[in-house]
Amino acid sequence: MSRISTLFGKLRQNRRKALIPFITAGDPEPGMMVPLMHELVQAGADIIELGVPFSDPMADGPTIQRSSERALKHRVSLQDVLTMVGEFRESDSSTPIVLMGYANPVEAMGYDAFTARAQACGVDGVLIVDYPPEESVEWVKCLKRQNIAPIFLLSPTTPQQRVERVASLAEGYVYYVSLKGVTGSLHLDLRDVAEKLDGLRSHISIPIGVGFGIRDGTTARAVAELADAVVVGSRIIEEIERSPKAEVLTNVHRLVKSLRIAIDAPSPEPSATVKLTHL
Amino acid sequence: MKVYDLPDSHGHFGPYGGIFVAETLISALEDLRVQYERYRSDADFQGEFAHELKHYVGRPTPIYHAKRWSAHLGGAQILLKREDLNHTGAHKINNAMGQALLARRMGKSRVIAETGAGQHGVATATVAARYGMECVIYMGSVDVERQAANVYRMKLLGAEVIPVESGSRTLKDALNEAMRDWVTNVADTFYIIGTVAGPHPYPMMVRDFQAIIGREAIIQMQEDYGRQPDALIACVGGGSNAIGLFYPYLDSSTRMIGVEAAGHGVETDQHAATLTKGRPGVLHGNRTYLIQDENGQIIETHSISAGLDYPGVGPEHAWLKDSGRAEYSGITDEQALEAFHALCHYEGIIPALESSHALAYAARLAPALTSDKLLLVNLSGRGDKDMSTVARASHITF
Repeated sequence: MSRISTLFGKLRQNRRKALIPFITAGDPEPGMMVPLMHELVQAGADIIELGVPFSDPMADGPTIQRSSERALKHRVSLQDVLTMVGEFRESDSSTPIVLMGYANPVEAMGYDAFTARAQACGVDGVLIVDYPPEESVEWVKCLKRQNIAPIFLLSPTTPQQRVERVASLAEGYVYYVSLKGVTGSLHLDLRDVAEKLDGLRSHISIPIGVGFGIRDGTTARAVAELADAVVVGSRIIEEIERSPKAEVLTNVHRLVKSLRIAIDAPSPEPSATVKLTHL
Repeated sequence: MKVYDLPDSHGHFGPYGGIFVAETLISALEDLRVQYERYRSDADFQGEFAHELKHYVGRPTPIYHAKRWSAHLGGAQILLKREDLNHTGAHKINNAMGQALLARRMGKSRVIAETGAGQHGVATATVAARYGMECVIYMGSVDVERQAANVYRMKLLGAEVIPVESGSRTLKDALNEAMRDWVTNVADTFYIIGTVAGPHPYPMMVRDFQAIIGREAIIQMQEDYGRQPDALIACVGGGSNAIGLFYPYLDSSTRMIGVEAAGHGVETDQHAATLTKGRPGVLHGNRTYLIQDENGQIIETHSISAGLDYPGVGPEHAWLKDSGRAEYSGITDEQALEAFHALCHYEGIIPALESSHALAYAARLAPALTSDKLLLVNLSGRGDKDMSTVARASHITF
């Protein structure tokens, strides 16, 4: 069984929800990535989404754009990202690693070369933001041949027919983008998320993660009530950005831990479950 | 005879084109595709478009025989399709007008656009003013500085110009930022892309709106010369003016030559000759040739002409290159400047630096041909916007 499904199986048994932090490989600097990944796990991360830096991150807001630019100043390549995962795997054989990025670095390396190397380095899933299912037939075949989960995005505007199409291709989990816009946006309508997830569940049998717009423990907790996994990206990148290098590990640990505690807190009384109005 | 019928229903030109965007944009593109399919064959819509092109843009643009320059070069006759005579001074308005009319039919009150040199931004701001629509133009902060006069023109026309500070702060980053705006404000916003790139249906739609150039040329050539030209020559950045001229000729045997910006030379790393030096990849929603490094990161390009300074190229050009239907070649900054001055000198026409690349190619081809041959060059824009660049290149300060 794959690391991702083993993890979600365990979480289900313990009635817990997954916390998935996103960081960009190479930010703040390449040498810090493997320690940072271990730190995330110690602070309570269940899966790590590792961003592959790209020169033109069209779907990202300013925070992750800057993060990508910092990583590219160190000339971090897709090859380097895979090497980081391989190093991480030497001392962590259970935490799933999902790469998230844009198509062109993968196109440049070639599907077969990339998937073979990703498998060898211990990558568990890959989400290419600008590969929608229609353009992914060959891509998904290559991933599955190497037992790597193809992860897809779903959005508030995805019609049912496409949800079914994604359901037939996706493995691991699907990533529901909780709002319109780019990463790092501020407003999250929980009532809307709750409704949409209800609709998705009738088509999607694998876990559903929710991301975009989750910035604090309260929101993370509320989203965990609804979804199987909570993805937090821009907020963590902000912490990396504003911390002096020597304090990055400590500060990120503190932040992720606080999200973990919030997500794991015992279920409040039903009447207070989600205070939709003030969120 | 096989009739050219690309793209396919998913926007593919052979292996190129397609829809490579995040899920959050898919439904907006699908809506646009459906609406465009509907109005593409709607007589009212096409009638209004034709009316606006005639009465507001000033079409048809003439074909002018550059006799003195042709005689000086000695060889083939050079004919110019005068897109520089359009309102706002370039072919860009054809497409901006078409998309603005579509935006109105779709009930969108706000239009956005990316711009490099500012020509597409000016065209978009112009049609937005014409129809009373809110208009936001994204422009790399480097270009905002280089093209101050065009920024002021856009502001005069009521547009808000937002300098983009991310990435290389040029056209490609402006396109990224416009996409981000669109995905956030899709309910009331129409994104007017300026070239034949981006995700389907943009490359097809922009081509269709620009194809008026080639359709007019076919009629005018028959009327004035009794035959079609021996070759079509147009500059290629994203490639909208070239596709506009080429497309109606695709099923004929007329030779087609796209001219890219070779900057300081294709042997240097300072050029924008995507089809000559690039490799296929995915950027800005489509698969096409790209200027990229060995890791798939997009590299900054260089051209003296801001409108050609783009690391990608329309997917249809990628296909026309691979299939051999069109040829692509490069012209350096220096060669383009030489042609710029020649046209000023021999014909009293100040061409845009973009168009000067096509002129420079024609100047090289013409002497090798006999004087009964006809070369039709798309003079895609006028050069008023390039005064300071040309002066700087000649070491002149105002």
